[in-house]
Amino acid sequence: MAKVYLTRRAGFCSAHRLYRPEWSDQKNWDVYGKCSSEHGHGHNYVIEVTICGEIDPETDMVMNLTDLKAIMERAILDPFDHHNLSMDVPQLKGVNTTAENLAVVCWDLLLPHLPDGTLYEVKILETENNAAYYRGE
Amino acid sequence: MSETRGRIAYITHRAVFSAAHRLYRDDLSPEANQSIFGKCATPFGHGHNYDLEVTLKGPVSPESGMVMGLAELEAIVDREVISKFDHRNLNRDVEAMAGINPTAEHLVRVIWKQLEPALPAGLLHNVSCRETPNNRSHFKGEH
Repeated sequence: MAKVYLTRRAGFCSAHRLYRPEWSDQKNWDVYGKCSSEHGHGHNYVIEVTICGEIDPETDMVMNLTDLKAIMERAILDPFDHHNLSMDVPQLKGVNTTAENLAVVCWDLLLPHLPDGTLYEVKILETENNAAYYRGE
Repeated sequence: MSETRGRIAYITHRAVFSAAHRLYRDDLSPEANQSIFGKCATPFGHGHNYDLEVTLKGPVSPESGMVMGLAELEAIVDREVISKFDHRNLNRDVEAMAGINPTAEHLVRVIWKQLEPALPAGLLHNVSCRETPNNRSHFKGEH
């Protein structure tokens, strides 16, 4: 049976700030630069979720993309969109919101809602030029 | 709360450069060059807006929450590649490409060679370069 990959893309608009309270302001600036600015900044984030599996002989789909869309909305977009990732998203409490950490947390948030073994990759694009992705490794 | 430390993540930085090139081998006849490289062998060259994607793979640092600072990666790509390739002729002006036929395949191999020594060991995972919206080559350091 052929293994096929299916990707669903969505966007969310959020503020964040890269900052570790246990470090001095100077060290935060040295590591995170302008991303540590005191009152935060924001992005039009794009998330791409890729699932992988065999084509179901009955439906001719790996998964219904409408189902995947609904899962992403419930698990990620509802809590993240038009919020401050560093301040008011309970799912991100205590997480420094680097693109890498966001990819990992989004993986963890999606995994329980997807059929076993289907989640392949979660990609977070902060800007057109920068992205992080996680494959459960 | 998710525990993110120790997980292996990938980060990609994208950058663009505009360069001229010509696909041509001096050891082949003009006819052979024409037959292999087609319009890419035109005598005075042509150009592209190259679209480069550099991907690192590594553990998320428990301290910084990053594989590597994207600003730092950007500075390295800028220094090692963009400043040397942008608005140049790849056949004539770029030292790293000297004597190399600048096909999309060779280009990603050379860019890998430029970047690898400038990055922390073992992090470079993929160099991908798009010549046009329809054509892209990748190199993962495999030999």
